[in-house]
Amino acid sequence: MSAAVAEVVEKKSEPLFSKKNRKLISNPLDIDNPITVQVLGICSALAVTTQMKPALVMSVALMVVTASSNVIISIMRNTIPSRIRIIVQLAVVATWVIMVDQLLKAYVYDVWKQLSVFVGLIITNCIVMGRLEAFAMGNKPGPSLLDGIGNGLGYGLILLIVGFFRELLGGGSIFGFKVFEAMGVHYTGNGLMLLPAGACVIVGIVIWVQRSINGHRETH
Amino acid sequence: MKFLRNQLDKVKHSFEKGGKLEKYYYAYEAIDTFLFAPNTTNDVKGAQIRDAVDLKRLMMTVIIAMVPCLLFGIYNVGHQHFMAIGQAGAGFADKLVVGLWQVLPIVVISYGVGLGIEFVFSILRKHPVNEGFLVTGMLIPLVMPPDIPLWQVGVATAFAVIIGKEAFGGTGMNVVNVALTARAFLYFAYPTDISGGVWTYLGDAQAVAGYSGATPLAVAAETVKGESVVTALNTFGAGWNEGVFTLQNLFIGFRPGSIGETSTLMCLIGALILIITGTGSWKIIVSVFGGAYAMALLLNAIGGSPFVELPAHYHLVIGGLAFGAVFMATDPVTAAQTETGKWVYGLLIGMLTILIRVFNPAYPEGIMLAILFMNVFAPVIDYIVVSANKKRRIQRATV
Repeated sequence: MSAAVAEVVEKKSEPLFSKKNRKLISNPLDIDNPITVQVLGICSALAVTTQMKPALVMSVALMVVTASSNVIISIMRNTIPSRIRIIVQLAVVATWVIMVDQLLKAYVYDVWKQLSVFVGLIITNCIVMGRLEAFAMGNKPGPSLLDGIGNGLGYGLILLIVGFFRELLGGGSIFGFKVFEAMGVHYTGNGLMLLPAGACVIVGIVIWVQRSINGHRETH
Repeated sequence: MKFLRNQLDKVKHSFEKGGKLEKYYYAYEAIDTFLFAPNTTNDVKGAQIRDAVDLKRLMMTVIIAMVPCLLFGIYNVGHQHFMAIGQAGAGFADKLVVGLWQVLPIVVISYGVGLGIEFVFSILRKHPVNEGFLVTGMLIPLVMPPDIPLWQVGVATAFAVIIGKEAFGGTGMNVVNVALTARAFLYFAYPTDISGGVWTYLGDAQAVAGYSGATPLAVAAETVKGESVVTALNTFGAGWNEGVFTLQNLFIGFRPGSIGETSTLMCLIGALILIITGTGSWKIIVSVFGGAYAMALLLNAIGGSPFVELPAHYHLVIGGLAFGAVFMATDPVTAAQTETGKWVYGLLIGMLTILIRVFNPAYPEGIMLAILFMNVFAPVIDYIVVSANKKRRIQRATV
């Protein structure tokens, strides 16, 4: 799955997409995934994934914020005094978050209501701050953009996987479409999947599957 | 026995190295060691343990301790069924047949699904089949309501074995009790099938007039202010199941509930077997009861609502406290390991159980959540006990 997503991005490629830069997109999807490997952004991953629609919107929102904040900070990186860099980063992230928030409110009001505080909480999302600190502060705007998109995609991928299983097992539907009913099968919704504990279990299983495929182990 | 041995020996060569079924050696080995004590002997060097009691034999002891609960449970399912449909005159055999008809499929499903998964994992991971499921497979049916849908038993067992145990590394590595994981799964996944009036098997029959599926816990929780829970319990069932919730009957256990949990008496017989054979820790059993009793006394002293003022000894015989204390809390894998830790662990389970029961109407039975909660904290208790011991010894040392 990760390869396929990376390819789609690659097609739009220009000279910017060197082999090293392509890794900025593909790594977060697998061996450097922000959720399953770095274990960041777990709170929102558990909170917004009861259905796929909010999960998708949340992923897009986070990707936009990460990518654009990365670019802005990367442009400003040589002029930011290091002692106040966090507050500068916060100001930039907050600006983007408010813009995204207003856009969602204007165009997808019902989803915005469902996401409630979690759009606002992107400001404190560890993935955004982490990428700014770890990448944008030391790299040019181009790669920073790719890095932001890559991490947004990695986050979104996991959110959609978790959302898929939670919505399917919990409510028997995908994107609000009643799958089992359409097949003529009676399905009893699994209440555990609608609780955050269910999301935790699914994230755990995703990590289990991912690690048994790519053989990743923690190194001390 | 001789016949079995011969049959096993006959097929043994095809499972051994080079045989055509080599891949499934561990499945063969599991059946062999389940039926017979392994005939392997130790090396002449090193420590020698002259004891045939291996893990499988230990697990069998626990299962034997559960047999009274199981048999009583089977009969009681039938008994409650006939009481609820107004045929109090039904014979012993009729009740037994109805009970078997309801309980046996649950046992079969639980063992079938659980052992199936164990075999698959042992072949995938190339290790001998773990015996842990022998006990879990029996515990799961005993904590289920009698008319739980069978597919739910299967799903819950699969969830508990895979997520509760295999994900952590298999038998002996699990953090929380596997059987209670299965029950907690059902409790949160399909709450309508495991709470409310499901504790009596009705089948297609019409319930008798005045019938109520309430449990003693529900009766106690619903008693309005100014009335006594004891009176409410004593008068419950008037007309169709006279005296079902009197103190004496609650102790003996002819009441609705999960299949194996109803009889405090049978649980105590099980406890006796566990303690005499040294399988279960008496400290944990005693401290769970003690903690619950102390907490209930404390609540009595404070007062406030009828449930809070329920006499402390009632708390020991209603719900699943006895069953949990004897068979769940003593699970050697998930309980505290240090001797002092066992006291603390048991006391906290007992106290939490009563707190959850009395103050949280959403979770009428507290023992399940209390044990799961303390399972998670057991390593912390052990850590504190060990650190305190180290500190004391360092102070005593005169170097």
